[in-house]
Amino acid sequence: MTAVSWAAYLLLGSGALLTLVRLALGPSLLDRVVATDTLLVIIAAGLAVHAALQRDPTVVPVLVVVSLLAFVGSVSVARYIGGMLIHSHLGTESPDAEPPAGETGESR
Amino acid sequence: MSGIDGVADGIAIVLVLLGALLCLTAGLGLVRFPDVLARMHAGTKPQVLGVLLIMVGGAIRLQGWSATWMLLLVAVFQMLTAPVSAHMISRVAYRRRHVRRDRLLVDELHTGERSDRVYRGDEPADAPPEEPGRALAESRREEQAEDGAG
Repeated sequence: MTAVSWAAYLLLGSGALLTLVRLALGPSLLDRVVATDTLLVIIAAGLAVHAALQRDPTVVPVLVVVSLLAFVGSVSVARYIGGMLIHSHLGTESPDAEPPAGETGESR
Repeated sequence: MSGIDGVADGIAIVLVLLGALLCLTAGLGLVRFPDVLARMHAGTKPQVLGVLLIMVGGAIRLQGWSATWMLLLVAVFQMLTAPVSAHMISRVAYRRRHVRRDRLLVDELHTGERSDRVYRGDEPADAPPEEPGRALAESRREEQAEDGAG
């Protein structure tokens, strides 16, 4: 039983650490949104693993709250970035500034 | 109290370990994959299948119907909300050019020649929206510099 709980928490913890790496690195805001969403889901999964392994049903309502929070957070930040999209149309320059030449090297 | 007794507990523990493994693969995919859409594809693994497996394991392990119904509620809620949030995030990601278009097989939102092909998709949060403009020229210059260096 101890080995099972160690294995489960090790897997969950390393997954959460990797999402934290993406949260720190992530070049765009949407990467961070995806990473935060995944991190909250992993936290909910860790609570559920605790409840399952210890036969402890007291943390089960917290699961509902955490999953709801993840959904509301990611959707609200996505809508916020969509609003930024509308406003930042005003500041862009003309797209014809550079002629579309020499585009053969984009094989990455 | 927290020991393993019987086949049902064995099944529950296998399900919980599989869910935890899916959470680890989600973290790996988030670090390894190149752009927002692929990272979201990786991040949806704990969201649906991993949480579902862990909820089934917890429902097997926990006694009492109230905990089972609440775990079922969480599972159904995840399956309802994951497509909605994924749709919104991917739409905004496409419009803000966080998508590597050379990796797309089908691009149904592609509109004419104005869409860029040089942008690498991994842009900061203040990248310009639909019209590429100066940032596209900068990215081309950067690509040429990298080609010259490498």
